[in-house]
Amino acid sequence: MTAALETIGLIMRFGGITATDDVSFTLERGARHALIGPNGAGKTTFVNLLTGVLTPSAGKVLLGGEDITALNREARVKRGIARTFQINQLFGAMTPLEMIALVVSERLGEGGRPLARLDASPRLVEETADILARFRLDDIMDERISTLPYGKQRQIEIAAAFAAKPSVLLLDEPAAGVPEAERRELLDLVGSLPEDVSVLLIEHDMDLVFRFATRITVLVNGRVLAEGDPSEVARDPAVKAAYLGEGAHG
Amino acid sequence: MSTADLTARVRGSLVLARKWHPAEFVVWVMAAAAFVLFPRQLLLLNEIAILALFALSLDLIVGYAGIVSLGHAAFLGMGAYTAGLIALHVTADPLVGLVIGMAASGLLGLVTSPLVLKGNDLTRLMVTLGIGLLMLELANSLGWLTGGADGLQGIAMGKILGIFEFDLFGKTAYAYSLTVLFLLFVLARRIVHSPFGLSLRAVRDNPLRAASSGVPIPWRLAAVYTLSAAYAGAAGALLAQTTQFVSLDVLDFHRSADVMLVLIIGGAGWLYGGIVGAAVFKLLQDWIAWFTPQYWQFWIGLFLVAFVLGGREILHGGIRALVARVSGRRGGGS
Amino acid sequence: MTLLTILIDGIAYGMVLFVLASGLSVTLGLMNFVNLAHGAFAMVGGYVTVLLMQRLGVPFLATLPAAFLVAALAGLVLERTLYRPMYAKSHLDQVMFSIGLVFMAVAAMKYAVGSQQQIISLPSFLLGRFDVFGVSVGRYRLFVIVLCGLLALALFWGFVRTRFGSRLRAAVDDARVARGLGIPVTALFAVTFAVGSGLAGLGGALGVELLGLDPTFPLKFMIYFLIVVTVGGTTTITGPFFAAMLLGVADVGGKYFIPQAGAFIIYGVMVALLILRPEGLFARSRS
Ligand SMILES: Nc1ncnc2c1ncn2[C@@H]1O[C@H](COP(=O)(O)OP(=O)(O)OP(=O)(O)O)[C@@H](O)[C@H]1O
Ligand SMILES: [Mg+2]
Repeated sequence: MTAALETIGLIMRFGGITATDDVSFTLERGARHALIGPNGAGKTTFVNLLTGVLTPSAGKVLLGGEDITALNREARVKRGIARTFQINQLFGAMTPLEMIALVVSERLGEGGRPLARLDASPRLVEETADILARFRLDDIMDERISTLPYGKQRQIEIAAAFAAKPSVLLLDEPAAGVPEAERRELLDLVGSLPEDVSVLLIEHDMDLVFRFATRITVLVNGRVLAEGDPSEVARDPAVKAAYLGEGAHG
Repeated sequence: MSTADLTARVRGSLVLARKWHPAEFVVWVMAAAAFVLFPRQLLLLNEIAILALFALSLDLIVGYAGIVSLGHAAFLGMGAYTAGLIALHVTADPLVGLVIGMAASGLLGLVTSPLVLKGNDLTRLMVTLGIGLLMLELANSLGWLTGGADGLQGIAMGKILGIFEFDLFGKTAYAYSLTVLFLLFVLARRIVHSPFGLSLRAVRDNPLRAASSGVPIPWRLAAVYTLSAAYAGAAGALLAQTTQFVSLDVLDFHRSADVMLVLIIGGAGWLYGGIVGAAVFKLLQDWIAWFTPQYWQFWIGLFLVAFVLGGREILHGGIRALVARVSGRRGGGS
Repeated sequence: MTLLTILIDGIAYGMVLFVLASGLSVTLGLMNFVNLAHGAFAMVGGYVTVLLMQRLGVPFLATLPAAFLVAALAGLVLERTLYRPMYAKSHLDQVMFSIGLVFMAVAAMKYAVGSQQQIISLPSFLLGRFDVFGVSVGRYRLFVIVLCGLLALALFWGFVRTRFGSRLRAAVDDARVARGLGIPVTALFAVTFAVGSGLAGLGGALGVELLGLDPTFPLKFMIYFLIVVTVGGTTTITGPFFAAMLLGVADVGGKYFIPQAGAFIIYGVMVALLILRPEGLFARSRS
């Protein structure tokens, strides 16, 4: 069976910096995979390369075996890749309802219809309601996003990625800035995704990482330093030295 | 709460967002009532209606898609010249001229849309400015077609639908322009509340997230730019037909600047900004022209400067308070 | 008219454009502010020369410093009062604001001196033409080329060699970093704005004979300045210089060889260049 997502010799240079340095990586179908590494390791850059926000200097990105390196962002979304951003990227002037409805409407192919009505599509309405309920956004669904507290905004960020019903979900530090108590809940939501959805999680909180992941990749200075199941990675001396040695996980 | 409940609430919320507010009816009833109430001002009212349509067209790209333009006169002029030429050489039927004028402008919009898709606000402002001046220069150079500096003269319009004849007092003109404005407004209103319209707002708000949500940005922007150009073309055609004259002035830079000012006065992104702005602008112009006809431009300039330096907050604060008072719901634009 | 004569006319024209627009390019680069009213300062300079000559009989050359100073002073005052609050606003607001200033300047000038084209009588030693190796060159054009050439060299030297210039370049490159390094960006900008306005005024004065002068000057030449700046970029002095030369020669040549096309070619070239190189032709690409 082909992997959900694969990269071959991926390289990204910014001027003198090589932010992604010859990364060959595999995300298995249905994986619960974590990508960890110190600040500036190149994790966000890697996600940007996978989603088409950046074009690699060299190397390939394969989705289900198909080369998508040349595809633009929208085309990749259409093929089932969704992501969240480390720094919220929201539609501040919309309501949560509108933002989720937008994502759903684009997925259902409604977005190109200038004379249609949003409320006329039962599927759009139902799926929007479903996402709002799952992320407990229903009581604030008519408020302006920019006026909501950070925690709620973070939830909307993640809800929007879910609303795209992805087969590959890339989460860039979803729990950043979320209060301790709500982090678990957030991860439980991710865990409740259908089994065939492949998830790549970037996270600094090692408790969350070890609770969530069945496989871990460690990125340092743009290179893959180690990869394996959690216990292997935790034992790896190189990882300990480069990363865990900083005391992030006992 | 049950799922069915929430689904109903979501649907209700979506319906509410597109429902006509009572205050909206008041606007249109007033516009129609003006026909009876101010029989001596019909020519001015006609100008207001046309300017409002022109501003509505700009609102579609500025307010809903975030594309700024300093060359919108290109489309006004295209519509005006096309309608004028049709009337002179093909048929005097106003509706034919209107439709072909819109189509010609829309086509120009479609062709030039790749130019405005790229770049930031600054590049867009410069590119649109360049296109506007280019069109003016083109009309000037093609004297054999456009009449050059003399303009298109001797336009004689036929009856609308074969029934309503244009008159000296602007009765037919205002009724015609207002009807076209209303119909195109209703269409625009429908479009901005559609899934397509939602995706435009998404692009305006945050292009990065829009693209990451699957919105094909270039296509959507090209579509709305074309639509907006066609609307501006309609305004141009109305102008040509109701004044029975087209000159290079329709392509002049001040047209692009004026319509931007109109939209800034009325507020972009709520469709009524163009109508409010056009009424304020024209009444102001009329009033100033009454005592200093030559130096209107100075006052416009002063207005612009004062407006962006802080007058806008004051004015829009006032409008919003008023709207809130009247309706208790939706407020003005930004 | 020979090809060389056209070339020299074009260069003279381009030189004036450069002096007119150089201030704008620095303003744009430094504060990311589109000052469409730049031409108004040029017009002020032009009218200073015209009025001094017509009303007070001041000799042409003596009016040039006055044109610079009055425009620079106007720039300084307006920068401190009206422009500064605009820096934080959107490009659209900035553009509308400066268009407002242009409209006011145009109308005010019409009111004050009337809308007719202004004519000045140049001193006799600048009149007529002479032959250089068989090429007929206008004396005034040669004067303009020499004077503006020297100015361009001085600007280039000032931008590259002086402390002021290096601070300015640092600020253009990244105003935040420059502030962090203790460079007084605000003061730097005030001075640059004033000097840029002054240069525009001087260009306006020199241009009365070549470009003409009436109250619509700021509107008529707005697009020319913008072409110089957008094509030349904002990070160097040489970029706008070559852009101005190109524009001057193309415009003079175009009007001579294909008069029916008018300014069409110029605008077409500008739009094309903007699309191909949105950051300017000579600008180095920034990430
Ligand atoms: N657009 C860019 N231009 C230049 N350099 C960049 C750009 N984006 C990232 N970099 C550089 O690439 C390197 C990797 O950055 P990246 O944001 O991918 O790290 P990260 O692992 O996500 O870090 P963090 O944990 O802080 O989010 C850094 O040195 C960063 O400065
Ligand atoms: Mg990161």
